[in-house]
Amino acid sequence: MKPVARKGAEQWNLRLYVAGQTPKCISAFANLKKLCEERLGGNYSIEIIDLLKKPQLASGDQILAIPTLVRRLPPPLKKIIGDLSDTERVLVGLDLVPKGPGGAKS
Amino acid sequence: MVTLPKAATGITGLDEITGGGLPRGRATLVCGAAGSGKTILATEFLVRGASELDEHGVFMTFEESIEDLTADVASLGFDLTALIAQKKIVIDYVRVNRHEIEETGEYDLEGLFIRLDHAIKSVKAKRVVLDTIEALFAGFSNLGILRVELTRLFRWLKDRGVTAVITGERGEGTLTRHGLEEYVSDAVILLDHRVDDQVSTRRLRIVKYRGSSHGSDEYPFLIGRNGLSVLPITSLGLQHEASLDRVSTGLEALDAMLGGKGFYRGSSILISGPAGTGKSSLAAHFVDAACRRGERGVYFLFEESPGQCIRNMRSIGIDLAPWIKNGLLHVRAARPALLGLEQHLVAMHREIEEVGPAVVVVDPINDLTSAGAANAVKATLLRLVDHLKTRHITALFSSLTSGDAHEQTTDTNISSLMDTWILLRGFEKNGQRHRGLYVLKSRGMPHSDDICPYRITGHGVQLHPRSPRTLRGGAR
Repeated sequence: MKPVARKGAEQWNLRLYVAGQTPKCISAFANLKKLCEERLGGNYSIEIIDLLKKPQLASGDQILAIPTLVRRLPPPLKKIIGDLSDTERVLVGLDLVPKGPGGAKS
Repeated sequence: MVTLPKAATGITGLDEITGGGLPRGRATLVCGAAGSGKTILATEFLVRGASELDEHGVFMTFEESIEDLTADVASLGFDLTALIAQKKIVIDYVRVNRHEIEETGEYDLEGLFIRLDHAIKSVKAKRVVLDTIEALFAGFSNLGILRVELTRLFRWLKDRGVTAVITGERGEGTLTRHGLEEYVSDAVILLDHRVDDQVSTRRLRIVKYRGSSHGSDEYPFLIGRNGLSVLPITSLGLQHEASLDRVSTGLEALDAMLGGKGFYRGSSILISGPAGTGKSSLAAHFVDAACRRGERGVYFLFEESPGQCIRNMRSIGIDLAPWIKNGLLHVRAARPALLGLEQHLVAMHREIEEVGPAVVVVDPINDLTSAGAANAVKATLLRLVDHLKTRHITALFSSLTSGDAHEQTTDTNISSLMDTWILLRGFEKNGQRHRGLYVLKSRGMPHSDDICPYRITGHGVQLHPRSPRTLRGGAR
């Protein structure tokens, strides 16, 4: 199991793949922004890639589902798909809480 | 009646049985078990389209990396790297791994559409292959979303007007494991790879072709050095020109029995008889004569090694060694059962393509029977005969008949494929073994009705015609 919380000012590098301004993409960004503020303080950066404008970038990170959030840093690379409305699963996906029942809140 | 527009695949035989190719602007499902040749068919459809028919293509691979795919099909003579460099084909490797992905709410597969769209635009593609889209079922857990997106995908492909090949793995009691046939409804091709009596045979069947007639049989197909070839049983092979040119049998007396001039060039000849009646000897005379004329020959041996054959023929005064040495004669020995009928035919085709012979000997065809079921053998031979005829190659086949069986039953019932049929028989008289030869049929020429006695001597086969001028009149 991974540690429950990360210590120190670890830099988070996140990339959110969207396809235009669809409701799912807009809510994914809003959910992500909120979560980062609450959990990561100021130590994060979010890069938004609109595949309608840059379709050639989809294959690099093996993007199929939209929206997809990719955690580039810290390693290892993680992929989270969907509008990020299921906060619990987002936290699991980002390794901010351990997987499994009862590990939801810190 | 409006005929459905079709996109030629360029795959040998497949366009014949589909009446011109796959439904243009629609999707065709190609299904079969692992190793049945789905990816090869799909690749060839793209490669032929890009290199011969000026229709560029997109290959979206879900299972193999670009490197693996390129290496795998290189052995079939497909140079994907070159076609990619020429911007005629683009490959996108889509890797899906459920363990890497956390699902957190609503999503769709727009990313897949964007990639496909980008790929299509980048080479102005008219053809698309998805091999195999079923991988998505392993990658995403939300079946509801997946089904909606697949429906959307196939409609999208249709709207683009691209001709698509979708592959799918065969399921238990269903065409595909995940029911892709529900989405792709225009045409379905089923590939099958069976092993009967330890011999592998590949077969192809068109399960469905909406709005078009099609052959409904199971067609054997081969995967050879030039890709796939489907063997339509009712072949186009009847279009070859019939030559009036004649070639010697290698024996003057036998030429005399065949209207005085020997076989027709490009015809097929069957020599059948029990063991020890000199079938191989007659075959050796035939190739020897061809080489003397400076023509090339290929001799397929199924029972002996080349060394054995040369030694035996030398003992009756026919020396084939010089012809082998100067490159006119190519002797290939193999046991068909070892390779499988399918592989065997491929090997023979290859040899014939490489040598470009004027004459071919297959000695004996019985060994092909051990390599497959009778029907498959007949289909194989038919294909071979057609192939040889279109190239004006005169072919001589020997067939061993068992001593007590009626001479006219050849195991494979292939006599109808043959233009000339020479029967050899042995009988005992006054404590001696005698041999007799007669021409059972020879299409398009007057021929002798005699049973001509002959002996096998140190100077070859010697016929002793009793009435050399008795000919059966009238060409059929």
